[in-house]
Amino acid sequence: MPGRIRFTLNGKDLALPGQTPPAITLLDWLRGPGGLPGTKEGCAEGDCGACTIVIEEPDGTRSPANACLMLLGQAAGRAIRTVEGLRAADGGAHPVARILAAHDGTQCGFCTPGIVMAAWAYTRMGGDAHEALAGNLCRCTGYRPILDALGAMEDDGAPPPLAHDPPAEIATATQRFFLPRTVAEAVALRAAHPGAWLLAGGTDLNLRVSEHREQPPLVISLQAIPRLRRLEVTAGGIEAGSAAPYARLLEACEADADFAPLAGLLRRLGSRQIRALGTLGGNLGTASPIGDALPPLIALGATVTLASPRGERAMPVEHFLTGYRSTALAVDEIITRIGIPRPPPGAFLACEKLSRRHDQDIATVGLSVLLAFADGVVREARIAHGGCGPRAARAAGAEAALLGKPFDTSAAERAAQALEAEITPQSDLRGSAAYRRAAAGNLLRRLALRAPGIFAIEAPHHPVFAA
Amino acid sequence: MTTGAPLPHDSALAHCTGAARFADDIPDPPGLLHAALVLSPVARAAGFALDDTGARAVEGFVALLDAAAIPARNDISPTGKGGEPLLADGPLRHHGQPLAMVLATTRDAALRAAAAVKVAPRDPAAPCLDIEDALAREDFLMPPQVIARGDAAAAIAAAPLTARGEFRAGGQEHFYLEGQVAIAVPEEDGSLAITSSTQHPTEVQHIAARILGCDFNRITVTCRRMGGGFGGKESNASWVAAAAALGARATGRPVKLRLARKADMAATGKRHPFLFRWQAGFDASGRILALEALLAADGGHSLDLTPGVVFRALTHALNCYDVPDVRLTALALRTDTVSHTAFRGFGGPQGVLLMEDVIRAVARATGLSPEAVRERNFAGAPNDARTPYGQALEGDLIRRVWAECMADSAWESRRAEIAAFNARHPFLRRGLGSFALAFGISFGVRHLNQAGALVHVYADGSIRLNHGGTEMGQGLNIKVAQVVAESFGVPLERIRVTATSTAEVPNTAPTAASTGSDLNGWAARNAALAIRGRMAEAASALWDVPPEAIAFEQGRVRVARPGDNRAMAFGALAHHCWLERISLSATGFYRTPDIHWDAKTMRGEPFFYFSYGAATAEVLVDRLTGEHRVLRADLVQDCGRSLNPAVDRGQIEGAFVQGLGWLTCEELVWDAEGRLRTLGPSTYKIPGSRDAPPDLRIRLLADAPARADTIFRSKAVGEPPLMLATAVWNALRDATGVERLDLPATPERVLMALMQEGAASPRP
Repeated sequence: MPGRIRFTLNGKDLALPGQTPPAITLLDWLRGPGGLPGTKEGCAEGDCGACTIVIEEPDGTRSPANACLMLLGQAAGRAIRTVEGLRAADGGAHPVARILAAHDGTQCGFCTPGIVMAAWAYTRMGGDAHEALAGNLCRCTGYRPILDALGAMEDDGAPPPLAHDPPAEIATATQRFFLPRTVAEAVALRAAHPGAWLLAGGTDLNLRVSEHREQPPLVISLQAIPRLRRLEVTAGGIEAGSAAPYARLLEACEADADFAPLAGLLRRLGSRQIRALGTLGGNLGTASPIGDALPPLIALGATVTLASPRGERAMPVEHFLTGYRSTALAVDEIITRIGIPRPPPGAFLACEKLSRRHDQDIATVGLSVLLAFADGVVREARIAHGGCGPRAARAAGAEAALLGKPFDTSAAERAAQALEAEITPQSDLRGSAAYRRAAAGNLLRRLALRAPGIFAIEAPHHPVFAA
Repeated sequence: MTTGAPLPHDSALAHCTGAARFADDIPDPPGLLHAALVLSPVARAAGFALDDTGARAVEGFVALLDAAAIPARNDISPTGKGGEPLLADGPLRHHGQPLAMVLATTRDAALRAAAAVKVAPRDPAAPCLDIEDALAREDFLMPPQVIARGDAAAAIAAAPLTARGEFRAGGQEHFYLEGQVAIAVPEEDGSLAITSSTQHPTEVQHIAARILGCDFNRITVTCRRMGGGFGGKESNASWVAAAAALGARATGRPVKLRLARKADMAATGKRHPFLFRWQAGFDASGRILALEALLAADGGHSLDLTPGVVFRALTHALNCYDVPDVRLTALALRTDTVSHTAFRGFGGPQGVLLMEDVIRAVARATGLSPEAVRERNFAGAPNDARTPYGQALEGDLIRRVWAECMADSAWESRRAEIAAFNARHPFLRRGLGSFALAFGISFGVRHLNQAGALVHVYADGSIRLNHGGTEMGQGLNIKVAQVVAESFGVPLERIRVTATSTAEVPNTAPTAASTGSDLNGWAARNAALAIRGRMAEAASALWDVPPEAIAFEQGRVRVARPGDNRAMAFGALAHHCWLERISLSATGFYRTPDIHWDAKTMRGEPFFYFSYGAATAEVLVDRLTGEHRVLRADLVQDCGRSLNPAVDRGQIEGAFVQGLGWLTCEELVWDAEGRLRTLGPSTYKIPGSRDAPPDLRIRLLADAPARADTIFRSKAVGEPPLMLATAVWNALRDATGVERLDLPATPERVLMALMQEGAASPRP
């Protein structure tokens, strides 16, 4: 039975008129029918942050998100706050707004509402201020006053408003937006509607709405399936539902020293806004050769589980990726979970990423390395690259060059040369083939040379590594 | 004193609460149509045909307008000389060129209908995309500009030492966060009210009128604020608004044209890319004796503002240095790309790169430090203070900003510390770089150096201020309001600045060239002084004292004579003036004095004064990946007697980071077909918060009132600090030791330069 879009907007329960299309962007709705033009459109591709709103999670978490990359249907059942809804208890300007203004944190003011919302989330979520601002571009101030203002802000302690369950389906005359609750329902819908969009976080797929103005008639959202949003850390590793947002995966990796290098990479994956919505399942389904998460998943030996009316099957991620943006996913299958094994005791893990800009940039080259040792020599090597060929893949030559020897600069040199020889990078706007080849080799060389420095991505100081 | 106070931006809190309205936030007028552009899918073709069958099938489609729909002149050129159509009317000249405009009842429908228009280019040809190709074809947009003094060729031949060099600097996308947008609303009698995000409302008025074939008095252009401009809304906003006006004229309905980010980046001009070639003669002391240089600008497909950009590059090519014999040639090349345009610094940032390359080469050849070479060649005693075009620089101020910056940065001790770090780190290298600047303030085009203002004092003493400048975040309104508050001796709260409008102040200049507060500040002050003079006469009659004895201070008007305590509130005097039928409204006008230029001899004094600055920067470079970071920068900027140090500081650090972006991470990539591939923030990377130097020390030069009669002896600040980021380029070359490092110095360029010079392998 189709229902209407209901969500909590700025603390108030809201039910939209029946024919409100669910597959327009939240941004277009806010600025148009919503009558809330405070949230700005700067790029409509999730990179500038001018449209940042905050999803107020039931547990008090504040997730900043790009309204341009969220469909209205994705807001269903959630609590959304926009800049207009951020007010002090007396109805005046919220302290976050006052503090930013007092620090000369605005010039033209167009990015400002997004920065205010990112800052309001930051006051609760904390962490590195640069990481918190990575999803917000400011072209005027040079950021210093904004950073100063962030340092002066405090959590207002406001409790989350009540959220409610979304309907199982939102439908208009031209669009149907499904919100199944179980994998079985999702699989059945997928079988019934093979042309439907399968929507995880939407940070890539929704560009087709936001930028290309498509109007998908059928969307199956996975966000309301508890099993797919589950994320568990066990002695064996991390079991992530395919629709668990990156923010949750990052949280788990940050709390687990074995996955600290992966946490370092995830902190550079998109921005907080992107990680609030984006998922591992989406990254795998898109199968871009420069998907940030793919090299570490391959290096760690992760497996992916797929479900269809025929049942479930699992396979290593490296086999799941079959080519440039192509995967082993059958038309009637959905990705349900990703198993990331814990690195063996004493192993060395590095998850490197090279991009033009440190934060919120797509990788030019990704390189993840997992080395297991026995008696001081490399017993198992798994090296996976991204941006160096049509798909993220292992580097068998480089791996072989490391086996049976200590991991030192001469071993790294041999492996780097093997890597440079076996990859087939292309030239594109993010880098030339020559640069990618040289840089990929050097990322490997650097691992053997790494000393504490600003470019270190929180690599664990393994005894072999440190030697 | 209101002037000189570090007051926040007048809209700061409204920005932060979301209450500040930008053009697209204004509620839609009834019957509004949305426009979307059909852009050229090829860079070069003899002509094209459109098939709009698909567009007409889109629900909500109303009309498709092409060049034939333009009632008057299809010309958006700022010069009015033609050659720049609003909608292509023949050959296709760049990828992304506007060909037609679709109007529809919703923005979605307009965008979908525009995308459904099929464009069939006729005789497409391989585009010319590169400066060197255009040079080889001698495809010039305008005649060369040459500034020469003495006999450079002979002096180079006679010099004890010589060097030559070549390098390139890329363009830059403005990336104003608010894209181009305009709304045109038909009024009675065929008049139009245009709301435009523009730095130049008067040019919007002129070009809309030119397109429609009407008198200027039929077009009213308003701009409350822009979400960033940076030069990108100086000429480009005009055609966007003219297109909206065309739609409104054609349909009789209000029309909004808001460019999506990708369309904006494809269809609007950027900073000009440049190619530099030079040779110099010098001696072992590092004194540069002679210089011949070519500055070749990629102007894109049409002229736009290129003559001015080239002029400024040329007049800033020696920057703050003296070279006795010099021949500087500037060329503007035509390529099949979008027409490049104004961008903060307007050719100055490119021009000042030249001497940086020369200085490094001289340092390399003589074994001196670049800093020693700078000092040896600063303009002013013992060297000549005159630029090659004849205007004198202030050598004492150059040396003062330089000395203070070097002292601030503890240069010598950090040099030693950095050398020690570099000796022990396996792959990271730190480097130090410096820079000094003399930047001329005034428009190169004489008639733009004028401004107007309109001030009303109401009978309660509240003041409404309107001036011809536009607010794009730079804090112009607060600065001009401070000037007016100061002039009336009233608190700032009594002043309300209203939206810029051609109906209130006509015939204005663009808000550009850093001149906003210089020009509009004076115009507003002149208006305020005219009213104040009348009010003083009224008070003088009331109290029977000479008008000179009336003082306006702290919101009160009083008799400024010992023993005389008569006084009243400013508002009370305003009320009195009203009752006495005294005009409380005035226009103010200002034109910059003393500037002149002879284009035949390329001599003159085109600048009212110069702004000086100096910078040092420290970088960290990863020699294995080319990644780099600015660790610290020290800046000293001459703001004269600052009108508002908080605003000026914001301008300085914002400009520095924007310059840093241009020089390091912002790269425009065109493919072989002439398509710009970096069409959004996902591919075009402006600096993020982590990219700004974590340790950025900014100082406004103290006790340095402007020597020229500027508004309250302040100096312009919008553009000059952008160039201070040039210190980062020098620091990168110091850290890497590479001779040639083209710009932007992306990680890729740094690594490839290291590899070419055989230095990329890690220390064994």
